[in-house]
This record gives sequence, structure tokens and C-alpha cells, in this order.
Amino acid sequence: MINLVYLVPLFPLIGFLINGLGWRKLPKAAGGIIGSIAVLASFAVSLGIFFEVKDGASQTVTLFEFIHSGKLIIPFAFQVDNLSALFLLIITGIGFLIHVYSTSYMHDDEGVVKYFAYLNLFVFSMLLLVLGANYLIMFIGWEGVGLCSYLLIGFWFKKREYTNAAKKAFVMNRIGDLGFLVGMLMVLYNFGTLTYNDFFGMLKGGNVAISSSTYNWIAICFFIGATGKSAQIPLYTWLPDAMAGPTPVSALIHAATMVTAGIYMIARSGVLYNLAPFTLNIISIIGTATALIAASIALKQYDIKKVLAYSTVSQLGFMFIAIGAGAYTTAVFHVMTHAFFKALLFLGSGSVIHAMGGEQDIRKMGGLKKHMRITQLTFLIGCLAISGFPFLSGFFSKDEILASAYANNPIIWACGVLGAMMTAFYMFRVYTLTFEGSFRGTHEQEHHLHESPAAITIPLVILAILSIIGGYVGLPEIMSEHHMLGSFLSKVVTNAESHHLEHGTEWMLMGISTVLALIMMIVGYVTNKKPNFAENKGLAKVLENKWYMDELYDAIVVRPIEAFSRFADRVIERMGIDGIVNGVGKLVKLGSDRIRMIQSGQVGFYIFVMVLGMILLFAIGIFGFIN
Amino acid sequence: MILLILLILVPLIAGILTFLVKGNGAKGLALAGSLITLGLTVYLSSVATPDPISWSRPWIPLLGTQISLHADGMSAMLCLLTGIILPVVIISNWNKDVESPHAFYGLLLLSQTGLLGVFLAYDALLFYVFWELALIPVYFLCSRWGGEKRVPVTFKFFVYTFVGSLMMLAGIIYLSLNSGVSNPYSWENIVASGRALPPLQQHMMFWLIFIAFAIKMPIFPFHTWQPDTYEQSPTPVTIILSALMVKMGLYAVLRWLMPVLPEGVAYWSNTIIVLSIIGIVYASCIAIVQTDIKRLVAYSSIAHMGLMCAAAFAQTETGTHGLMVQMFNHGINITGMWLIVSMIENRWGTRDMTKLGGMATAAPKMAIALVIISLANIALPLTNGFIGEFMLFNGLFQSASEYHVTFMVIAGLGIIFGAVYTLSMIQKVAYGEVVEPSVKGDLKMNETIGLAVIIVIILVLGVYPKPLLDLTSGMMSLVAR
Repeated sequence: MINLVYLVPLFPLIGFLINGLGWRKLPKAAGGIIGSIAVLASFAVSLGIFFEVKDGASQTVTLFEFIHSGKLIIPFAFQVDNLSALFLLIITGIGFLIHVYSTSYMHDDEGVVKYFAYLNLFVFSMLLLVLGANYLIMFIGWEGVGLCSYLLIGFWFKKREYTNAAKKAFVMNRIGDLGFLVGMLMVLYNFGTLTYNDFFGMLKGGNVAISSSTYNWIAICFFIGATGKSAQIPLYTWLPDAMAGPTPVSALIHAATMVTAGIYMIARSGVLYNLAPFTLNIISIIGTATALIAASIALKQYDIKKVLAYSTVSQLGFMFIAIGAGAYTTAVFHVMTHAFFKALLFLGSGSVIHAMGGEQDIRKMGGLKKHMRITQLTFLIGCLAISGFPFLSGFFSKDEILASAYANNPIIWACGVLGAMMTAFYMFRVYTLTFEGSFRGTHEQEHHLHESPAAITIPLVILAILSIIGGYVGLPEIMSEHHMLGSFLSKVVTNAESHHLEHGTEWMLMGISTVLALIMMIVGYVTNKKPNFAENKGLAKVLENKWYMDELYDAIVVRPIEAFSRFADRVIERMGIDGIVNGVGKLVKLGSDRIRMIQSGQVGFYIFVMVLGMILLFAIGIFGFIN
Repeated sequence: MILLILLILVPLIAGILTFLVKGNGAKGLALAGSLITLGLTVYLSSVATPDPISWSRPWIPLLGTQISLHADGMSAMLCLLTGIILPVVIISNWNKDVESPHAFYGLLLLSQTGLLGVFLAYDALLFYVFWELALIPVYFLCSRWGGEKRVPVTFKFFVYTFVGSLMMLAGIIYLSLNSGVSNPYSWENIVASGRALPPLQQHMMFWLIFIAFAIKMPIFPFHTWQPDTYEQSPTPVTIILSALMVKMGLYAVLRWLMPVLPEGVAYWSNTIIVLSIIGIVYASCIAIVQTDIKRLVAYSSIAHMGLMCAAAFAQTETGTHGLMVQMFNHGINITGMWLIVSMIENRWGTRDMTKLGGMATAAPKMAIALVIISLANIALPLTNGFIGEFMLFNGLFQSASEYHVTFMVIAGLGIIFGAVYTLSMIQKVAYGEVVEPSVKGDLKMNETIGLAVIIVIILVLGVYPKPLLDLTSGMMSLVAR
């Protein structure tokens, strides 16, 4: 089965080609069916691979030689091991559910076949990203998912606002990609290879004379790449804007899979990061700050998708907190549970938006639970899971992150608890404003309200079940001796050494964070039961305006570059450089005009000049002789 | 091997015949000629590696020059590029009525002769003759079939490049006088004579020869002829200029500068890399604020050439190999860009991006082609642009200069700016509400063929670059320090 791994990305590629080439001729329904089947087939193969890997198999499968130039040899090869097998399941599994969901959600759209072509291309790229056996193949997938994200954010390309968001996402990702590229070149320069096995083998062997600052630089460069893709400070502002895309896209790309690529990359490179403790500290700080800032913004957003988007940024921050503590498997655990409940929440919001006829403002919702029971219940489960309600999936993974943070540095733990409290509050604010109380929209909208069809509700139910039980693969040590996910990943991912927490401490930490989260859930529910949308003032206004981060970037980056570009174009280029070039030309012309005057036809003048010349030559000759 | 002289004679004779045919038959004849040449270049690519081939006859014994032709992987690759571009240009131009087609297509083929000659010449004087031969038809093409401001612009272009050429000629003659053998212009003797020069002389000779190449590429700050000339030339000529003639500059650096004046190159390499990198950032910034698509593509090309030139002067194995790949790919991609630009002008009657919009709705196939070619232009992985660019950056990073990291990182800013101007261009041209074109209709048959060739090459070489890498693998040792 492992030898057939190339089939996993191949199916979505074929789906992309069929839908992409037949986008005008295929009937609308065909696009969804082809797209879904392609991903389902990948899922089936991935399952087979997963069970083989579980039994201890792992292998590098080389397809062909991609680049061969002297000593530089980069094969197009796939790495099948525990880490990639897990990601294959998440990508194709959730990917399939979202494809099915999309068949209904995008049903009326003119470009539905094109939509599925893009979605398949995304799955293909994402699979390349996690399957690559070297950084270059990862990079191919890395930029590939960025492209698909760009195409899907700007899917409704007539609206300028949407295409602006798409462009912003691509460019900010490219900033990160430059970091990734520099990181790769540093690895090549110092180690002569990009293949994981060779590179990590050299690192583990420890007989390379490389300074620790080099390790840190490489690790930082890769992390810069991760901040772009995984929306961390300072490159996070594209993700909220990316909500311009269709909602299933937000669920698949901007919550469950693509944005976790940064986590995957660092978990994959754990061996490197263990040698770069300084970088881990930076990651802790960035992760903590992102978790808090994004959560604080989510408190005051009114667009249901924006709340979820900032929540995603914040949750990604949590994952980086775990990474900063060297607990890579914990981060991957949260990637998995987050994929379940955040995909669920986004798809649930899609169901709501669908019912509301495109309305996304939660101020105009309310009381929807009467009309859409399944959506409401599953959304509630999602909220409970992300808020850390005991024994749901998010509870276990978040608890593990907080425990690792405490072992790393109690201040980070405290910040994490604060972030978790905000999470519980804003999720229950959204839930209550949407589903509880009474309806605040127009009469027409109310009349239109309905539960979504089965293609939408079935994925919701499946994801809700996963959100409930998904955490049991990673029970904490105090509850079970066996951390299934941790031991599954430990063959590939090596966590950094950390202090071991006493059982008593761990119980206490869990108790504190759980009680606080429960309190905030209730507060979020109670305070929004009878909402009052007065205009925000002071801090609340700052939060509503996202800490004015976009304005800040505009002022310190975008506008100076534009100003310089204009200056370069109008002044340096036209007046400066071209001015000099033209000036030289004019000077020559002017000079020739003058010289032409000399040829006056008066022989006397010619003779005079000749004599002058001879004297000059003599003079030079004499000087030369003396010298 | 007779093949080499055929490569010169076929386009030359086809060009002369085209001149003689009246009316639209010229177009067909030119296409037939260019296809035969394409066949020859494909064959050349299969035989020129691993061992180079050559052909020579005495030419002007008095001067000691020979008609000496030589093809290794680099020559074959550039000949192949030239061979591919010409028929693509002619086919894509098929539906357009050109005034006096016989002269137009005849001059195109003559220019191709000059280009092939430049890439094959192994005698410095012969090289110089072809260098000018490639230029002169382009001069006539621009000044007769160009845009409104064609006369002053072409004049400037001609004088600018000609001044460079003359300096190069002076350099060549100086080197030949220095050697004192019976065939002083042969490549081997020029190399020997250059290498024998003391370092200080090499430092000065470097500029005498390099200026011509710097203007041709062009690198900052010798580039200001280029945007105007591209803007004013008819599209087929713009393509010849940007896809092929700028490669003459790079080719000449690798063939006639680096081996000849190693001390001079080593002495000035940091300076040239700095100029090239300034050019990348500077041209990219200017591209961001352009509203005319032709000028945008022109500045983007300056940025790309800057990266290639920087990597050339980094003098590393991968960088040089990447340069080979990228010379080819840049030629393909920029041809695609110009074809689309010309279709836009043809349909909408303007190149001003503020007056365009909605191509994705009005002409979806054209928009798809635009997006794919643009993505190749910004080196997205799995397009042909990526492998070359990755190897160029790698070369720059591996260079022996102590500033190698700084060089690479600043040059790398180009990939960010590239995304900014390219995506803005797509947004303005393809997205948004439809601006109704004055001539309606998506891609025509001949346009589809032209673009399909480009796109197939983009994707095939993007996924499987091995053929191109193998063709040019022998070149790494030629120039690497």
C-alpha cells in the first residue's frame, strides 16, 4: 500500500484536471461528484497507508529526479511515516466532508465546476506539502496551497474587496515564503541536502561542526515561513480578510488544513528546533501574543465568520505555545482536534449564513435554534469543544498545551489561561447571539429560515461526533498511562526535554483552567441573552477595529513603499538616470555642432591649429623623455 | 558539422526569399522557414551534448578571421529557444494585417539569423558581425512598424546599444592585437590573450567589453532605453528583443567575458552583483506603480534579468546551471506575457490597466492563460520559472563573496514585489466588473496555438525540468569560479 502513496495526491490531481478542463462543458452536479469521489479515493488509500504505518512500516518513495545539478540532487520523493500518515487522514477525511458539504452549499453558483477544480487542486497541493520527503517538495505544496487559497478567496472575482483580500493573502504568504526559501538555502549551504532523513540524521549524529547560531538562524527562517502560512504575528492580518471566500473554503483551508502547515513544518523539523532553544523562546512569545491579541479582537467582532477567523488565529497561537515549549506532538494533537471543531464551527456558520440568505452579521440573527435544530446542536458542541468543556476533544488538547506551557514558563501558562477564558466567552457570545433569544433580522429573512439539507447536516453531525470523541486518542498522563497519539508520533517527532509535572500540579492546573473556562461560558451566555448593541467606546472600540493593525501596516509598510516607487518612477528614473543618458546624447550633439564650426574653410586657421598641435606633441614628447 | 552553417543559412535564405514574395504569401513562407529552423535547432539540441560540435572555414585571411561556429549545451539551448520563439510569434501574429508583410517577416527572419549567429560564433569578429546583424533589422522593424513615438525612441535605442557595441569592438581588436598568432580572433586565442593580460589591464578591459553586454541585458543603470523601446515596438519585435536579444548580453558574459578576463571579473563581480540587485528592487518597485501593462512587463523583465546577472557573477556551479535554465524559461514566459498583452490591446484598444477589467468574464480562456503565464513569471512551483529561480538564489547564496547572505536576501525581496505587481495586474485586467472590449471574442485559433505551446512548455518543464538541465549540465564547469 505504501508504494501506492503517489495515488493519494494523484486522485485529486485528476479531479482537478477533469473539472479544470471541462469547467464550461460539465454539468454543474458533475463537478461536485467528481471532486468528492477524487478525495474519497485518496482517503481510502490514506486509510490503508495509515494502518500499515501503525503496524510500524515507514518508507521513502521516490518518483523521479526533480533537480540534478552537480552535487545538488533533489528527488521528487514522498515520505510516508507516522506524521505524514496522520496528516493524510486529516486532509483527505475532512477534505471529503467539506467537498460533500460544498455540493449543496455551492449548488446555485455559476462557477461550481471551477470551484471544485480549485478545491481539488488545493487538496493535491496540501498532500504534496505533507508528503514531501524534502523541504523543496514541501515548498512546492506550500506555495501551491497559497495559490489555491488566493484563487478561492477571490473566487467571486467581480468584487474588488474580495480580490484585494486574495492578493493580500498571497503577498503576506510570500513574505513568509522568502523566510522559508532562505532557510532552505541555509540548510543546503551548511548540510548539502534538503532531504529530511539525511539532514536530521546529520543533526542527530552531532558530528557536524555547525554553530548554534546557525541552527537558530535556520530555525528562525523556517519559523518566518510558518508565521505567514499559519497567520502569526506579524503576518496574521490576511487570515481574517480571507473570509471573503466561500464558507466551506474557510473551513477547509483557513481553519482545518492549510493554516496548520506551519505547525506541521516545525513538528517535522523537531530535531532542528531542539537544537535551537533561543528560537523556541521566540516562538513562545509570538504564539502567546498572537493567542491573546487575536482572542481579544474576537471579543468585539460582529461578523460570524470574522469571530471564527480570529478564533483560528488565536488557536494557532496556542499551537505555537506548545511548540515553543518543545511539545511538538501536543501541537499536532491540537491541530487534529482543532480541525474537527473549527471545521464544524465554520460549516455550521455556513449553514446559518445559507439560511439567512447571505447575512453574516450576528447582530441581525438570534433565536435560530427554533428553525435549525441540527445546526444549532452541532454548533453548540463545537463551542463546547473549543472552549474546553470537560471531556470533549478540545479539553484534552488544550489542557496538554497549558500543561506544557506551565512546564516551560508559568507566565505563559497564565497568558494561555487568559486566552482560553476569552475563547470561552467569545464562542458563547456568538452562540447566544446566533441561536438564542429572539430573531433580530428582517421579516423576509425570518420567513426564509430553514434547516439545511442533508449534504450539509450530515458532515456537521460527523464532525460533531469527532469533536466529542476526538480527544480520547490523547488522554493526559493523570487519567491514562497510554497517550495513543503521543506514542504513535514519537517515532518521527522528538519532543524537547522538559520538566515533568507532578500529578498534583497537573490536576490543579486542569482544575483552574476548566473552572475559569466554565465560568466564562456562562458569562458569555448570560450577558448576550438580551443583547444591547450600543456603540463601542474606549478599549472596546479599539478591539472592534482590530487594534488598528491594518491601518498601522498601511502607514509603516504599504504607503512608504508606494511613495518610494512613485519617486523612483518619476524622479530617479525619468529625470535622474534617463536624464543623464539623454544629457550625454545632447552633449555629444551640442559638441558636434560646435566642432562643425571649426571647419570654416580658412586655410590659415587650419595651419595655425596644425602648428599648435605640433608644439603640443613636442611638449608631450619632451615631458615623456624627461620622465 | 554542416548543421551549424545550415542554422545560419536557412533563416538567411528564408528571410531573403520572404523579401521577394509579394502580399500575404510572405507570412506562409516565413512560417515555413522558421519551422525548418526549429527542426534544425531541435536536432542540434540532441547532438550538441555531451561533446560540443563545431564547423569552420577561412573568411578574411588578411585579418585572420574565420567563419567558425561552435555549439555546446548553452549555444544549443539558446538556439532552441530562438527556434521556438519565431514560429510562435509568426503564428500568433497570423490574424493581424501587417503593412508590407514581406519586409516585416523578412526582417524578422534576418534578425533570427543574427541571433543564431551570435549564439554559434566562435570567432570574435564573426561574433561582432552577428551581434550587429541581429540589431539592425530590429532597428528597422521598430522605426517603421512601431508606435507613435517610435522615431526618437528607436534612435536612442540604436545609438545606446551601438555605442556599447563599438566599445566591445575596440576591446576585441585590442585583445586580438595582443596575441600575435595567425587567427587571433578565434575564441581560444581571445581567451588566451585576455588571460595573459596583467590584472590591472584586465580590470579596465572588463568595462570596455562589459558595457555592451550590460546595455543589452540591460542591468541597472543602463536600462532606460528598454521600457520605451518595448512600449513602442510592435509585439513581435518586443518579443524578439525581450525573449532573445537580452539573452545575447548574458550569453556574451558567459562566453566572451568570464573566460577571457577572469581577473577583471573577479575584481568587479561584487560591484556588478550590487548593481544587479539594486536593479531587482528598483525595477520591481517601479513596476508596482505602472499603469501601462507593457511598461509593467518591461520593468518586471529588468528585475528578472537582474537576478540572472547577479547569479552569473556569483560564479557558482548551481547558479550557472540555474542561469541556463532561467535564460530559456524567461524567454518562454515573457513571450507568453507579450502575446497576452498584444491580445488585450487588440481587443480593448488600450494597455492602460485603469481602463481594463473583467477579462475573466469577457474572455475566460484568455484570462486563464494570463494567470498561468503570470504565475510562471513569478516562479510559482511546478511552473518552469521556479526551478531556475531556486537555483539562481542557491547560486547567489553559495557565492564566495562575504556578503552572499545579504545579496540573496535583498534579491529575494524580488519574489515579494513580483507577487505584488503581478497580482495587481491580474486583478486590474482580469477581475472586477467587465469593461466591454471593442473587438469581442475569446482566443482565436492561431492565438490558442501560440499560447498553448507556451503553456505546455511552462508546465512540462515545471514538473520535469530534467531535459533542460541535462542539455546544459556541461556548462557549469565552463564558467564557475
